[in-house]
Amino acid sequence: MRHIISVLLENESGALARLVGLFAQRGYNIDSLNVAPTDDPTLSRLTLVTQGNDQVIEQISKQLHKLIEVVKVSDISEAAHIERELMLVKVKAAGNQREEVKRCADIFRGQIIDVTPATYTIQLVGTSDKLDAFIQALGTTPILEVVRSGASGIARGEKTLAL
Amino acid sequence: MTSQTQPDDKSAEHNRSTEMLSGAAMVIRALADEGVEYLYGYPGGAVLHIYDALFQQNKVKHVLVRHEQAATHMADAYARASGKAGVVLVTSGPGATNAVTGIATAYMDSIPMVVLTGQVMSHLIGGDAFQETDMLGISRPICKHNMSVRRPEDIPYLIKKAFHIAQTGRPGPVVLDIPKDMTMPNQKFPYHYPADINLRSYQPKQHGHSGQIKKAVTALLSAKKPILYAGGGVIMGGAANELTELAQLLNLPVTNTLMGLGAYPAGDKQFIGMLGMHGSYEANQTMHHADVILAVGARFDDRVTNNTKKFCPDATIIHIDIDPASISKTVNAHIPIVGLVKPVLTDMLALLKQKKKKLDTAALAQWWQQIDQWRAVHGGRYDTAAPLLKPQYVIEQVSKITKGEAYVCSDVGQHQMFAAQYYPFNKPNRWINSGGLGTMGFGLPAAMGVKLNYPDADVVCVTGEGSIQMNIQELSTCKQYGLGVKIINLNNGYLGMVKQWQDMNYESRYASSYMDSLPDFVKLAEAYGHVGIRVTTPEELQPALERAFALKDQLVFLDIHIDPKEHVYPMQVPGGAMNDMFLSKTERT
Repeated sequence: MRHIISVLLENESGALARLVGLFAQRGYNIDSLNVAPTDDPTLSRLTLVTQGNDQVIEQISKQLHKLIEVVKVSDISEAAHIERELMLVKVKAAGNQREEVKRCADIFRGQIIDVTPATYTIQLVGTSDKLDAFIQALGTTPILEVVRSGASGIARGEKTLAL
Repeated sequence: MTSQTQPDDKSAEHNRSTEMLSGAAMVIRALADEGVEYLYGYPGGAVLHIYDALFQQNKVKHVLVRHEQAATHMADAYARASGKAGVVLVTSGPGATNAVTGIATAYMDSIPMVVLTGQVMSHLIGGDAFQETDMLGISRPICKHNMSVRRPEDIPYLIKKAFHIAQTGRPGPVVLDIPKDMTMPNQKFPYHYPADINLRSYQPKQHGHSGQIKKAVTALLSAKKPILYAGGGVIMGGAANELTELAQLLNLPVTNTLMGLGAYPAGDKQFIGMLGMHGSYEANQTMHHADVILAVGARFDDRVTNNTKKFCPDATIIHIDIDPASISKTVNAHIPIVGLVKPVLTDMLALLKQKKKKLDTAALAQWWQQIDQWRAVHGGRYDTAAPLLKPQYVIEQVSKITKGEAYVCSDVGQHQMFAAQYYPFNKPNRWINSGGLGTMGFGLPAAMGVKLNYPDADVVCVTGEGSIQMNIQELSTCKQYGLGVKIINLNNGYLGMVKQWQDMNYESRYASSYMDSLPDFVKLAEAYGHVGIRVTTPEELQPALERAFALKDQLVFLDIHIDPKEHVYPMQVPGGAMNDMFLSKTERT
């Protein structure tokens, strides 16, 4: 099953390498990984999407906790949460296709953020599923480039993952 | 990303202290302030400033090994015997990579150790400089934590942090990488060694959850077929006394893991031997049929459980461990308790003493009757009528002459299992072996580390002709420091454990398990300035041992030629349950 794990870790050199190394060493898989400093510059917030049964996810969470620089770990997909991913897609858009791509982007509430006579670059934000669906919906439109940020997530309601 | 996290009151600390030291002097001074007596290491370009600082003081003594791996095993064995972190100093590049096996060995057995590795100058890092290697990258998966020095003034804080992390929670090795320019002798900084360290991201638990402890006590009191399964956590956690008291209060049969030998006295009637792959028949049977298993500081390793799907089908498992990741990792625990074993056992004892509910003595009496029947089945028997020397007999005789009081440092292989099975450990911290990683070459440097710190104790290295050659150069270090270790070389001319598996699984095709052209170990010992004695018959053994142990301060190398065909039994049948065992070459449960 797909899980979204949020981690607060010390913003120190080597901390990220240690965390990523843990996944490689123990054979856990990473679907996506997203990391940046928080409002507190000594802390980084990391969102990691992984797959595994309950036992594997429990081990991942425990092993992450063991890393000295990890401050907090939470499997936010266990409860109500919000998930967002940013995608930039550059597509070939000439002739009839131009209008169709624009319509499709509008349906998905995407924005065209760069234009040339032959291409569009579309920005889209949503759950990873929604981004997948948009790529499907582009159909025969030739895709030139896809850049995805990986999911970021936050718990709904008053629950927080902070110091 | 920013560099190191700094203590908040750093400037205040600096104002109080006026002493100015170079980075190199700070390294040594911090070790002295930490109470370190011995530093095990090997000099080289990147650590020469530190060695020079070492030379100019006399609080911290340095032991010069012949290969960096030996330095790590010496420090590791000191930690296993004393409970305190051992300290290693090696240079960059090959110095650091030679230490890797020793770091991994300590990591697998949760042994506290601080390893200081030299590094090339900061501005050269990443440029493939002479003797540069990414030691942080290399050591990351095999140590509890690693760090590098970015500013010389951080050295005291980082050394304190290294000791703190190494020695608390689940212990382990910590690597501190020190670029050469952090130790320049002419650049001085205010020195202050912090009294303690508080890390917001690392707050290991001490006490167990009281509700869980209550549940565990209730389960133990209603058990009809209980067993106590104790591991290395009891030894490193200094909880052998509490464990023994608990076991005796509840009349529990006790089995120790390979790492836990000595946690409960082997001479006591409630001890039923080691469990697992080469565990006793009775220990494995008792585990398999138990209704309640109290696991303390043990981790349900694959060398214990055999096939986890068939593991102890009727048992309610109580698991006490400091590391939550060890709980329900391979075998599901019904009552997990996260905490240090000593306070958890103390809390359990207090609760048990208040409880009105009595033990089910009738059921326990029946259980013990059953266990005694199992005891009679194998009983550690071996062929005593054979004309060739049996390794089991050798260990029994070593135990006799040392009155079961020696520190026994083992290498890895058949001899290790024979020592574990036939030397009765009545005290903790006396059995020193590489259980998790299984590092051949561990035994001799381990014995050296113990002997150096406990010069009046009998220190035995049980080894084989394969293992001993993996660090035999250390015979020279032994001479330099007068380390009177007794080496029991169980020489069968084969890599015995490999051969045993080849006998059992490969129709005795001995692929690379026979060693031709072995050296004359007696002459070799003599060449290094020690005493060598060869033993080839059972009659020669007793006098040779007497002579060896009478030579108190001398290293004696006993080259003992044993039956090359001997196998280690009992042995669990691969893929089976705990109690599926071979009992000899011809018997199977």
